[in-house]
Amino acid sequence: MSIKDEFTKGLWQTIPPFRLVLGLCPTLAVTTSAKNGIGMGLATTFVLVFSNLFVSLLRRFIPNQVRIASFIVIIASFVVIVELVMQAYFYPLFKILGIFIPLIVVNCIILGRAEAFASKNGPIASLADGLGIGLGFTISLFVLGCIRELLGSGTLLGVSIMWSGYEPFKFMLKPPGAFVALGILLALINLITQVQARKGGGK
Amino acid sequence: MTDFILLMISAILVNNILLIRFLGNCPFLGVSRNMDTATGMGMAVIFVLTLAGTITWLVHTYILIPLGIEYLRTIAFILVIATLVQFVEMVLQKTAPALYEALGIFLPLITTNCAVLGVAIINIEEQYDLITSIFFSFASAAGFALALVLMAGLRQRFALVGIPKPFEGTAIGLVTAGLIALAFSGFMGLV
Repeated sequence: MSIKDEFTKGLWQTIPPFRLVLGLCPTLAVTTSAKNGIGMGLATTFVLVFSNLFVSLLRRFIPNQVRIASFIVIIASFVVIVELVMQAYFYPLFKILGIFIPLIVVNCIILGRAEAFASKNGPIASLADGLGIGLGFTISLFVLGCIRELLGSGTLLGVSIMWSGYEPFKFMLKPPGAFVALGILLALINLITQVQARKGGGK
Repeated sequence: MTDFILLMISAILVNNILLIRFLGNCPFLGVSRNMDTATGMGMAVIFVLTLAGTITWLVHTYILIPLGIEYLRTIAFILVIATLVQFVEMVLQKTAPALYEALGIFLPLITTNCAVLGVAIINIEEQYDLITSIFFSFASAAGFALALVLMAGLRQRFALVGIPKPFEGTAIGLVTAGLIALAFSGFMGLV
């Protein structure tokens, strides 16, 4: 696969958390608004890109038996960087995302990419893979955040856009709404894939 | 004593770790297809989470704070949890082979279960003392097991009914989880 393919596969073909059903906790928890979704997505992307790069660079030096522990240490170091930077420069967002910033370290997407991709491929390909999967994750969180914010509070990125007299559907901002919204979005993506597959098969 | 009972009811029912706090959802959807695996995972989580909650609290209070390196909390905790899981696995294998048979395959998965690290961090951020931390960790894990077993009971029935094709698998699981969460939100205001 070329570098371009490694990058673009994360945007649709294996877009997390829909195709790779991993990293559900932050997806469900922080997407009460589109802005939070982007913030969480970008923080995860940063960690994913750098952990992929370093795992790939160090892959010949890490003994096979302790590789998972080594990956976790590499990932945790970048998570601490993100934690400290966000605390210093994006404090309101840091407060909202709260516990889910340190929890990036156990986001299975990142460990999954380190194990499945970066430990077997060169640094450039791993960088492209990390960037693609990370942006895919950001887009997913943004879309889910938009849907929940639009229905739940009638705004988009903080701007009120629904007609006046719109009664906010508060259910969407609550935990049950998160599960249902993600479930329906996942079903929609499955539907698109199935329709595409049927068209492809008919040719 | 009343405080502890209230704390436990709150952690199990009102602020259920899976459904309301959104921690540990990957294993929740991954292993809830079958009742046996759900029970095994639930037991393993109760065991490890209670231990991990206690040990990370001790590490934070007696190592990180005296050395003034609280900012390394995330790294320290994940290393403690990873080591603990490995250690529990070895001890069980040697001393309780029957228990190891039952829990064995779930133990490695627990390292990346965000409920474990999440509860460890909540214990510190809420400034719980040692006893409260142990109770809270145990109760959170019990809440996890309860939601997981409920979910598995429901998902087993899906084998018998016709589900629209796009909803098969994880999608219907998420919608079901939403309905369970809705039921659990009925407990709000209880404590």
